[in-house]
Parts: sequence; structure tokens; C-alpha cells
Amino acid sequence: MKRRQFNKLVAGLTAGVCMTALSLSVQAADPLKVGFVYVGPIGDHGWSYQHDQGRLSVEAEFGDKVKTTYVENVAEGADAQRVIYNLAKTGHELIFTTSFGFMNPTLKVAKQFPNVVFEHATGYKMAKNVGTYISTTFEGRYVAGYVASQVTKSNKIGYIASFPIPEVIRDINAVQLSLNKYNPDAELKIIWVNSWFDPGKEADAANAMMDQGVDVILQHTDSPAAMQAAERRGAYAVGQASDMSSFGPKAHLLSVVDEWGPHYINTVNAVMNDTWKPKANVEGMKEGAIVIPSFNESIPGDVIAHAEELIAGIKDGSVYPFAGPIKNKAGQLMVPEGARMTYAELEKMNWYVEGIESDIPQ
Amino acid sequence: MDIDLITNILYAMIRTGTPLLIVALGELVCEKSGVLNLGQEGMMLMGAVIGFIVALTTGSLLLGFLLAMLAGVLMSLIFGLITMELSANQVASGLALTIFGTGLSAFIGSDFVGKPITGLDPVFIAGLTDLPIVGRMLFGQDLVVYLSFLLFGAVYWFINTSRPGLILKAVGENPHAANAIGLPVMKTRYLAIIFGGAMAGLAGGYLSLAYTPLWAENMSAGRGWIALALVVFASWKVGRVLLGAWLFGLASILHLVFQGLGFAVSPNLLAILPYLATVVVLVILSSNQTRSRLVAPMSLGKPFYAKG
Repeated sequence: MKRRQFNKLVAGLTAGVCMTALSLSVQAADPLKVGFVYVGPIGDHGWSYQHDQGRLSVEAEFGDKVKTTYVENVAEGADAQRVIYNLAKTGHELIFTTSFGFMNPTLKVAKQFPNVVFEHATGYKMAKNVGTYISTTFEGRYVAGYVASQVTKSNKIGYIASFPIPEVIRDINAVQLSLNKYNPDAELKIIWVNSWFDPGKEADAANAMMDQGVDVILQHTDSPAAMQAAERRGAYAVGQASDMSSFGPKAHLLSVVDEWGPHYINTVNAVMNDTWKPKANVEGMKEGAIVIPSFNESIPGDVIAHAEELIAGIKDGSVYPFAGPIKNKAGQLMVPEGARMTYAELEKMNWYVEGIESDIPQ
Repeated sequence: MDIDLITNILYAMIRTGTPLLIVALGELVCEKSGVLNLGQEGMMLMGAVIGFIVALTTGSLLLGFLLAMLAGVLMSLIFGLITMELSANQVASGLALTIFGTGLSAFIGSDFVGKPITGLDPVFIAGLTDLPIVGRMLFGQDLVVYLSFLLFGAVYWFINTSRPGLILKAVGENPHAANAIGLPVMKTRYLAIIFGGAMAGLAGGYLSLAYTPLWAENMSAGRGWIALALVVFASWKVGRVLLGAWLFGLASILHLVFQGLGFAVSPNLLAILPYLATVVVLVILSSNQTRSRLVAPMSLGKPFYAKG
């Protein structure tokens, strides 16, 4: 805090000594105003919900020292620019924009407010006062794939996918790589529902899979409907983004949860202490950004133990899902032995790894 | 494809089609009276959120369904007051009702996101459920699905054979003539609007209490709009509404099933089939002026001013 007050003092001195003394006494008690822009409703129990949980943990951590504001359901594009501009204009000193499509609006507004810190989730463009952050969900999927490969009896594992974009394809691949290693006989059935959020459709997809013998369901969509469907029919499912255990106590193997709280708290700290610098933050299990809060009690002990080992290995870097050799669907060697795909490569991944039978929809 | 798979597809077809069928029956009755209510989506969402909250807090699914219907009715009455008493434009009022219902349901339901309830269980009918192929489809469902069969029968009878149904149609075709011979135009339209609201509320409750027993913002995901398209698709015939709803249900699950089976059909193509079908029907209907005039209620969407 002291450093920040001091900086304010210096800044103020240039404006006028008398005014500075006054404003300093006011600003010292002023909380840091932090703004959040969400693409969806905080009630989606998925992506935006988890970001809002992160915001709440900032409030819990800093209490009176921060004042947070959020704007939900913001359309990507011109609307977003207006919302971000308003937040900056109304004295927010740190603004998080939490969807890919907010990238250009964030940069445009950031140019106009050089003293405001911006952080944009899942993007790749940065500026002096704009950093990015993203979490490596594939680490969690790799562990989920391992657990699924061990508990399946029918050797048929289902994956409810949203849109064929690199992030989703990458995570499907992480699961398949797990299957290749731990249970090559298991088959991954992928159903695209062309939506991030449609509980009815997600449930339909889950049911269609179970009708075809699938007994473990993974998903890259945001509602807990598939978890419920699995619970009803005695199958297993893996939760996405938020902890979905309450929707299927028996079905819930584990959830791969996005914890944005640690990153938000660190960033707020950095801004308060004036140590913030624009960075491309890629955070995963090591940083506490991807968490598997619990395992189903019915999973055999040795499977849980190995899953914990995998998590520990991912944390210390000894386990990396996208380490070579990796072949593509056609059997071509894409990543040679000993090499690791970089995050930049993963961001552009548009091919399936060996073992997946279906094709990526065009 | 084996028998089991066909059985499962037929079962899912009915389940998926049920909320569409219920909303579409309500909207059909409403449109037969000459009132076009585009607020289905908003009324459904209100029904879904109220039904869920009531079922969660009281533990009674029945109460949940009843209040879901009541929520739909109250929403439809807002629409009724605006369009009937104030003679506001029906299209604009309906759209406003959808936007209002979407927002209000999100607001009311914000504390109830992520809470699970035990949904409606299927009720098997001894002997009938085990019939091959059609057993599960027709007799392995939950009570609301059975209720939708009854509702279909009731609406079919009401519109096609009953005297009040004749009054309803008269009001929808020519409210001034109906008024001149002493038929209660306003009352008929109000009742039709209320019935539409109750059905939308029930369908919303079906989503949050049976189909996917949870509440999430905007969980109807456009089903209210599909139901509106269905009424046009059915060219305002009750029997075709049933066929259409089940057909839409089939189309929307087939692309999921095919993907699981690994058929190389574009999922995007299959996903647009229901909408494509609606557009085709609309084109066929409107290609012939006389025919299009005959199928739609003549005064659909026009406000009624009682003269003298």
C-alpha cells in the first residue's frame, strides 16, 4: 500500500501541492476499484459463473480495500467496447475482460486509459497496460481421461463437444492421449452439440451416448445436464468448469474446475503494490488455476492414487500431456520423441491425434 | 441399427418433442382466437424458474408444476392487458414479453443456480411398457408426457368438434362478425391467451423439473421460438402440431445419435433440418395466396375494437 500511496503522491505533486495533500488523504482510504466484464450470465453455472466466483474471492481476500463491479451478458464487439470504456471512465483501475471476443475492444480502450490496468482472458494481444491470462484445461482433461479409461466397463467413453475450435480439439486430444496410454482399447465417441450452453441438448447427447453403450461421459459444454442424465442411468460423468458433484453424487467421477481466484488475487496484489507488468499468464494445476476438488469414492484406491501422481507430475513438470511422440489421426508423426508442444502450438491445434475415429466437423 | 437403438430413439423423440408440443398447443389455441403471442420463450422461462424454486423450497413437484403454470398465466395476462385493453401491437408486445421474461427469470433465479432437485421419474404402465419398440416410447415416460397426450386429445376435440371451439375460431376469423352476433370476443381472446400462458408455463416447468431438473439462465434455449414456428409448420391444424413436435424432436436428436454411431453426416446440416423444414412449409403455404389465406386465422395479429 505504501508504495502505491507514494506513487500517487508523486503523481499528485506534478498537478499541484495543495490539491495533492487533500486528494492523498481521500485516496488513501479509497478502495481499489476492480471491474469485470462477462460474456455470459453469472447464472450459467459454467464459464462466467466461475469468473464471478473469482471476483468474490477477491472481495473476500481484500475486504474494504477493493470495490468490485461486474457487467454480465456483454456481447462481443462494439457493445463490449462501450462497457469497458464506461468502467475505465468511472475510476476502475483494474479491469478484467473475460472472453476471447473482448480482445480488440480491450486494446482500444486501453490506449485511451494508459493508467488503467487491463487483463484479457484467452486472447493473444498485449500492450503496455494490457496483459492476458488463460488456464490450461487440458491438464485436467488428461487426468480425467486416465480415470475414465480405468473405470469404463464398456470401453466406450463419450465426449460432448461444443464448437470445433482449437481449445476444444486440444482438450479432446488430451483425453485421447490418456486413453492411448492407459487403455488403448477404449473408444472415444464425440458428439458436437454446436452450443456452449443448452441443457436440453446436452442431456439429449448424453442419453444418445448411453443408448450406444457409453458409460463415462466427458463434456466441453457448460451445463450440468449431462451429469444428471448419467446419474439417472447409472453411468459416470466428469464435470466441467465448476464443481458439479451435487448434480450426480454417484455419477460424478471428478470435476475439472477453473479457479480464477488465485490469478485475480495475485493481479490485484500486483496492481496495489505497483509491481504489475503486462504478461501472458498461462496458468494450470501448478498455479492452482485448474483444480480437481474431489474424486468419487467408488473409484478404486489405486486409480485415485495414480491420478494424484499425475496431478503432482503435471505440477512439477514431469508429466506433460502433449509430449512426443504424438501422431495424428493418419499416423503421421507430428511431435517427435522428446519434444513438447508449446503453448503457442496448442493454441492453434486443429488436428486429431491418433486413435480418434471420427473427423473434425468442417 | 438394432431394435434397442430404435426403441431408444423413439423414446427420446417423444421426450424431446413434449415441451414443444405443449407450448405449440397453447399457442395454437391463442392464434386461433386471432392473437399472436410471441412471448412464448419469456413465459416458458418464467414457468421454469418459478416451478424450480417452488419445487426446491417445498419439495413438491406437483406444486412446482402448478405454480409454473400460474407464472405463465400471469405473464400472459400482462400481454393480454397491453394488447387487448390498450390495443398495443401484438408482435411488439410479444417480443417485449420474451425479453422481459428472460431478464426477470434470470433475476429471480440467480440464487438458485447450481442447486439440484430430484426430477420427475418415469411411470411405467404394467404390461404396456414392455411392448416392443412402441412400449417405452408411449408408456415408459413421465406423467407430463402422458398429460401432453391428453392435452392433445382435448385440444383436438375442442377445436374440431366442440361448440366453444367454433366460437374461438369465429372470433379468430372475424371478430366483428362474431361480436355482431353476440359472441364474447374479448372474453374468448382472454381465455385463449390465458390457456397459452398456462401451457408455456407448464412446458417451462417440464424443462426445469423433469427434462433437466435444474435451473440455469435461458435454459429454454429457443424452444419457445421453435414452438411458434411449429404452429406455422402445422398450418394451424392440431393433428399436424403433434406430428410436427415429434418430428422436430426426432430431428433434434437424430444428429446426436448419428454422430455417436460415427455416420459421416455433417452435424450442422442435421441440426438445421427442423428450421429448414419450417422455411419450406412457409414457402409452400405462401406460394398460393388463396391457400395461405385459408389456413391462417383471418384476423391473426389484428387488434379488435368493439364498435358501438
